[in-house]
Amino acid sequence: MSILYTKPKSLNDSPFTFCPGCTHGIIVQLVASVIDEMGIGGDTICVGCVGCGGYLPWFMATDTICSLHGRAPANATGIKRMQPDKVVFTYQGDGDLASIGTAEIIHAAHRGEKFTTIFVNNTTYGMTGGQMAPTTLPGQKTTTSPYGRDVELCGKPIRMCETLATIDGAKFLERVSVDSPGNVRKAKKAIRRAFECQLAGHGFSMVEILSSCPTNWGKTPLEALERIRTEMIPYYPLGNFKDF
Amino acid sequence: MARVLMKGNEAMAEAAIQAGCQAFFGYPITPQSEIPEYFARELPPRGGLFLQAESEMAAMNMVMGASAAGGRIMTSTSGPGYCLKLEALAAMALTRLPAVIVVVMRSGPAFGTMKAAQEDYRMTGNGGYKVVTFAPSDVQEAASMVYEAFDIADQYRNPVVVMADGMIGQMMGTVDFEKMPARRQNLPEKTWALRGSASRGGKNSALLFPVGPAHYAAKSEAETELYPALVRNETRVEVTDVEDADLVFAAYGTAARMCRAAAEELAGKMKIGFIRPKTLWPFPYEAFDRIGPKCRAIICPEINILGQMIDDVRIAAAGRWPVYHAGDTAGDFLTPENIIRKAEEVWEEQRV
Amino acid sequence: MFRSKIIVAGSGGQGALRVGQMIAYAALNEGREATWLPSYGAEMRGGTANCNVVISDGEIPFAMVSTADYCIIMNDPSLEKFEEKAVPGGTLILDSSMVRREVGRKDVTVYRVPADVIAEEEGNPRGANMVLLGAYVAASRAVSLEAVYENIDHSFTGSKAKYAASNKALVKRGYDLIAGQE
Repeated sequence: MSILYTKPKSLNDSPFTFCPGCTHGIIVQLVASVIDEMGIGGDTICVGCVGCGGYLPWFMATDTICSLHGRAPANATGIKRMQPDKVVFTYQGDGDLASIGTAEIIHAAHRGEKFTTIFVNNTTYGMTGGQMAPTTLPGQKTTTSPYGRDVELCGKPIRMCETLATIDGAKFLERVSVDSPGNVRKAKKAIRRAFECQLAGHGFSMVEILSSCPTNWGKTPLEALERIRTEMIPYYPLGNFKDF
Repeated sequence: MARVLMKGNEAMAEAAIQAGCQAFFGYPITPQSEIPEYFARELPPRGGLFLQAESEMAAMNMVMGASAAGGRIMTSTSGPGYCLKLEALAAMALTRLPAVIVVVMRSGPAFGTMKAAQEDYRMTGNGGYKVVTFAPSDVQEAASMVYEAFDIADQYRNPVVVMADGMIGQMMGTVDFEKMPARRQNLPEKTWALRGSASRGGKNSALLFPVGPAHYAAKSEAETELYPALVRNETRVEVTDVEDADLVFAAYGTAARMCRAAAEELAGKMKIGFIRPKTLWPFPYEAFDRIGPKCRAIICPEINILGQMIDDVRIAAAGRWPVYHAGDTAGDFLTPENIIRKAEEVWEEQRV
Repeated sequence: MFRSKIIVAGSGGQGALRVGQMIAYAALNEGREATWLPSYGAEMRGGTANCNVVISDGEIPFAMVSTADYCIIMNDPSLEKFEEKAVPGGTLILDSSMVRREVGRKDVTVYRVPADVIAEEEGNPRGANMVLLGAYVAASRAVSLEAVYENIDHSFTGSKAKYAASNKALVKRGYDLIAGQE
């Protein structure tokens, strides 16, 4: 009998606790696979966030720390500055990174901090129960935009890759999606490239990953993937914004 | 190094560097800005890292990350910044991460005044944690306390706060760095530090939420071991002449210095005893049991309105003596003259 | 026990804070305790730059000076503000090139020092504060000229070393002026 697939070594034995159909699981698996393939697991420190991404430290077999809401880039700065030879990455959702932690991510990029950020954008606060995020699409109904996001009231959704692309210290920025096998493969390549940017010491690197939240979107897993394609990608175009 | 004359802020920064501080993350705020300025000038040539953060919160979270990576780390701020740092201070306490935080107190919010104040006594974050909180009353002591704070933080894996005030930060006083407290021996190795699982033979270190044995388990380490040990070993107080005192002044920091000046003036009229907490937590409750039978009242001068430490003094007094507040934050705030006036008032009132 | 409390006051840029520091450093050189406190609190808004210095043979209970043994005054607003702070029998040292107001107090000793004129004469117009420092040394005898000189040598090093001699000369002029009046 031959083994066709095993869990990446960078993951521990804890079962994922994400909701059924949520693509967080795919993203975590991609990150762990890249770390395995690059052979850096023993030197990697994972910085979790607050939100569904905050579960990550429970699943990782690397050194991990839980950071406060939005502050993962500050934690990562402290860790990386003390240990420049280690590999440090943050794993943050859109509420964490694009709302409460905007100052931290912008200034970490601005300083050219040599860590990698995995930014999971699912246009909502998942763990908190489906509230409106800065990334929530126009008209999207959430528990705090029950009539649909009113852009007159709260502005249009924020595009983080485009925003960070104006900053010199950001050296690798790419937006990918995990809605299809082809896009999953591209996402993995981007994640690897981001870690390579860090290892080469170029500066800040981030991959924004469009992800589904079937539970809070009120959709089946398949409908949720379809929404990424028909609603999210048109507003959040995929592609590379900066390459070192 | 012989005795030197230094600003309190600079003396605290120098003491930290001498204690082996490896990195400082901070944000400018009066009246503590000489601390980041000193680190910016002195720390890099001496092999350490100075980084100015984008905000008070970011600075404290950088401290958290750098501490998790195993370093000896410090930050400093004043009240308006301290309240912004408290969430991360709580996170550090609850995940058992050491660091030293110097708070140079001033009055009011960020658009308030820069005058020295003692308004942050009760400021704590969420989570029911406790941290050793030193209260220096002169420049030499400020330096010594910062120096020792690093060892205490590492010994117990718990942050330590040094709560000075604007006057101690801004004034110059004599300081002798040869008189720092002895370095503690046999501090525990930081085996938990995030240095990659390869540094631990493949076993990872997870600094998770404080749901583990540290704080939120039944009979947690904090409840049964950490905090009792801190209370037992690290409570500091200066007690003078309380056994036969007519009145006792209980005060800390700059207010305690004012009490000294006031007591000189009152010397012919009444006998003044002193209780000066050098740690605000753990609070030296037992010191009050040494007050003798002649004592009529305790006066608790503080540079704030209504009083903050006074609540602990009342608990310590346990109804045995009336406890009076003196001081406010108006005009020239608290002065020795205000304290003298209050003492004379209380003396008249209690003699009848 | 010896203890002396000093207020030095002027407007920003006149070097009042520096004079206070020099007194404190000199006291330290002579083995004494010293504190120096820059203008603080509400006084920051007064447009004056002033500092409190306490020098002592023993513990200094409190660094803030409410009544001063010596007031070194460098302009009119400072005289108005700090004249009343002098203890009865205390001493006011005035920069008479700058202070035009009359001193109202009759219970204090007043020394008038044309510090700016002297500084101009010595070709160091920014050094008026050093003349006043010298005058203080002569009037108080609390610290020695040598201790002050030692600090000047210590403070002016490297590219600034060339100013040390000139500053010492200014201190000496102030000292001689007052010592000559005694």
